[in-house]
Amino acid sequence: MSVSMMKALNQSLRDALTEDEKVILLGEDIGTLGGVFRITDGLKAEFGEHRVVDTPLAESGIVGSAIGLAYRGYRPVVEIQFDGFTYPAFDQLVSQLAKMHFRSRGRVKMPVTVRIPYGGGIGSPEHHSESPEAYFSHTAGLRVFAPSSVEDAYVMLRQAIACDDPVIFFEPKRRYHEKADIELKTTEQTASPKAKVLHQGQDVTVVGYGPTVYTLNDAVLAAEDEGVSLEVIDLRCLDPLDMDTIAESVKHTGKLVVVHEASRTSGIGAEICAQITETCFDYLEHAPLRVTGFDIPYPPSRLESHHLPDLDKVMHAVDTVMRRDETHSGGAK
Amino acid sequence: MSTQHIDVAAGCLPTHQLLNVSGERTPDEELDHHLTGITEQDLADFLRDMVVLRRLDNEATALQRQGQLGLWAPLLGQEAAQIGSIRATEDTDFIFPSYREHGVAWARGVKAEDLLSVWRGATASGWDPHEVNIACQQIVIGSQALHAAGYGMGIKFDGGKEVAVAYFGDGATSQGDVNEALVFAASYQAPVLFFCQNNQWAISEPVGLQSRTQIADRASGFGVKTWRVDGNDVLAVYAATKAALAHARHGLGPTFIEAVTYRMGSHTTADDPTRYRKDEQVEQWRAKDPIDRLVNHLTVLGADVQSYQQRAQNAADKLAAELREAITTMPDPEPHELFDHVYAEEHEPSRRERDTYLQYLTNFQDGGL
Repeated sequence: MSVSMMKALNQSLRDALTEDEKVILLGEDIGTLGGVFRITDGLKAEFGEHRVVDTPLAESGIVGSAIGLAYRGYRPVVEIQFDGFTYPAFDQLVSQLAKMHFRSRGRVKMPVTVRIPYGGGIGSPEHHSESPEAYFSHTAGLRVFAPSSVEDAYVMLRQAIACDDPVIFFEPKRRYHEKADIELKTTEQTASPKAKVLHQGQDVTVVGYGPTVYTLNDAVLAAEDEGVSLEVIDLRCLDPLDMDTIAESVKHTGKLVVVHEASRTSGIGAEICAQITETCFDYLEHAPLRVTGFDIPYPPSRLESHHLPDLDKVMHAVDTVMRRDETHSGGAK
Repeated sequence: MSTQHIDVAAGCLPTHQLLNVSGERTPDEELDHHLTGITEQDLADFLRDMVVLRRLDNEATALQRQGQLGLWAPLLGQEAAQIGSIRATEDTDFIFPSYREHGVAWARGVKAEDLLSVWRGATASGWDPHEVNIACQQIVIGSQALHAAGYGMGIKFDGGKEVAVAYFGDGATSQGDVNEALVFAASYQAPVLFFCQNNQWAISEPVGLQSRTQIADRASGFGVKTWRVDGNDVLAVYAATKAALAHARHGLGPTFIEAVTYRMGSHTTADDPTRYRKDEQVEQWRAKDPIDRLVNHLTVLGADVQSYQQRAQNAADKLAAELREAITTMPDPEPHELFDHVYAEEHEPSRRERDTYLQYLTNFQDGGL
């Protein structure tokens, strides 16, 4: 059956609500409207206003009240409407949600999932295209999931909801309409997803997550045309990072490129490059490279194509670590 | 103009007082019936609670001065506000305290040494929230009000009869989280009591800097039923809390109480109040002391005050001795506790970090301690 990522997320929430009566959804416009992206479409009608709760417009209030509900034994799933509206909830996410289990010495669990549609490429105004994942991977106590595929959207959301730790769940909103012929069912039982090798190759390890994974799949074909074999890894989980899978790959390719939309400095890519340099130094044939958004506020949408990692930028990095002439780079400078 | 001179406008609400400074019972049409059944023995128990609590507070301040605690936030002067309110709750009502509600936790059965262990720096929290129905103490100002609102929403959604109670101070009423909590609780008509101890000072800032109206007046703007009470009058606090809890249990939604009191001590043991407030103000409030007031009331009633005071003193002495022994012999936590409970489920990088560090410590003869 062909399903979209939106539908997969919707079904994931429906199945979680059906299987566990303590699952409760909170967010702005998620009830009657079904969410601005329609991810919760039909769920209020099916489960009632006490399971699918339209909230006042206050992000700190949403996350803070989810913490109170978790104290009461609920398993809340929160929707932040857009990435850039996460910050009003920063204290509740970083000082409260992340630390409550530690603070209570393991006596209070916080099985809260915070869904955030994130990333750019949709032509939106300010605050609607951001990639704030590094703030949360930097915060101990949180797990950070970032699915890229339709199947992972379903599976990893179930996994996030089932997890007894808080999970920040980043949904690649510009891929919401991607479709796949799959059956929606849970498979993984671990607390966090492992990275997945999407394409095996010999020459360069290319790591991405979320919306950039589609670009990496395109890069496999472009590189093949140039006689270069890419090994593509979909991180899936940004905290904990599955460094073993990346290290194993780098040990046979000797070259690493990490790709993300978020800004470069102190980002996920920086962490991966640092760890690989620490653990695989003797295997590296070139310094690990990052292809990322610039260290700028997210730009007006008519400039966003310059900011986002695209096929050309990825290929440019591949050519660099391969030490190839830049005329083979597909035109990027 | 100094912020000291900002006057809080006269409020719309009366300040309920059931005991005047001389200890005479003053009638209160709205709250009197919530004291039905309160016996002389109950009053004596309030006295004991407040005397023991004051001793606990004094002991903790002394222990900080002696280097046994890293810091302490004294509650001196706020004994009636804390004891009167917590004694009005049912044990199943869930409390979300700030960092100064030592009396609330102690009254629910938390051992004094478990209260102090956090301030010693020996642990991240001293009690099991699900055992005493009190959340971990909250240091970020006002954040816990939202947790109470969420808990109250849960009670509403699952049909419980409990009430969630948020404790916070006058400074917290400026925080977005407290205001959002009032919005959420009101929106869902959740059974939540917002209990504000207006102790007049947020470290050095007088209450007039936080609010140009009486704090209690602000709650009605959220559609929340509100009372303003003399926070140094244990009976007024007790009766108003009973009224608020009954309101919530009848499904009538959230309530707000402003207990007007005074922080007689410093903000914390690291604070020096002489830099920002005058002795005359402190002395004015000393005359309204909550323990003296109850002693005066028992005297007015013709009770054997001396024996009640002696009983309270004995209990306080016992607690002080036990507390001192417990704190001075409390072991430091083990290094592995750095990593314990960061996650509820296995987290591979965290496990590796712990193992690596514990292995590193074996290089030292003393285990790195």
